[in-house]
Amino acid sequence: MLLGPSLLVSALLFTIGVAGVLLRRNAIVLFMCIELMLNAVNLTFVALSQVLGLDGQVIVFFVMTVAAAEAAVGLAIILAIFRHTRSVDLKHINLLRG
Amino acid sequence: MSAESVFYLLAGAAVLSAVLCVVQRNPVASALWLVSTMFALAGLYVLLNAQFIAAIQVLVYAGAVMVLFLFVIMLLHVGREASDMRGRGSRVAAGAIGLLLLAELFVLSRVTPGGLAVLSGGVGGAGSPLEAFPAGRAGQLAPAAEGVVGAIARPLFQTYLIPFEITSVLLLAAAVGAVVLAKRRL
Repeated sequence: MLLGPSLLVSALLFTIGVAGVLLRRNAIVLFMCIELMLNAVNLTFVALSQVLGLDGQVIVFFVMTVAAAEAAVGLAIILAIFRHTRSVDLKHINLLRG
Repeated sequence: MSAESVFYLLAGAAVLSAVLCVVQRNPVASALWLVSTMFALAGLYVLLNAQFIAAIQVLVYAGAVMVLFLFVIMLLHVGREASDMRGRGSRVAAGAIGLLLLAELFVLSRVTPGGLAVLSGGVGGAGSPLEAFPAGRAGQLAPAAEGVVGAIARPLFQTYLIPFEITSVLLLAAAVGAVVLAKRRL
């Protein structure tokens, strides 16, 4: 069954992703940490689909689609920002700061 | 090797790779450790009876999405500069928030199948967990009857047909949006 251990691993991965978002300033690494969090949530869905039916796995399919779309658009935005500021460091991306 | 020991091996690999992904200074190394995490997660999915999800995890995530990341990293040629870790204050804050979140999620993850049955209004704790969840039992029997992919395809193309079609529009919008944003001049 392995439901409890799966949820624990998922919690650990999600926390590592959150810590990564809070620790790093590189926009690309930040995006990778967000992907890590999405993967942790996917693991929860798959683990719980064992007891609650296959709908969970369909949701994982949709999450993966949205993550792929998000990565494509996000990386395009990072490319555009890099062209503007010559950096992907969040320190230099402060256009909206008052 | 029992399924449990393989599970713990893969889980350890996933968590270790995730930590290394966060602490690596070079974005390329970071991306490759993330690929390692995703492969370990695909192994976990197989152990959790989700073979189709494991396959598309490798194809879509470890394949397509991470190649996109590596393309952008190498295109921008980042990672030669100094460390991009935040300062001490942010590190303390990140540690505190992380521990708080972990404690919260740990409490949530102590959900047992029996307790879950009580929460979701099932019969609760009676015998095997699969007895308490008819949907879960049907989900475990379906792959034997109609194949691993067929068992996913039925809910995907019946219950979730409209979301599935909307997803295709989303992908088209994302593709057009990425081209518009990344292109210097249309």
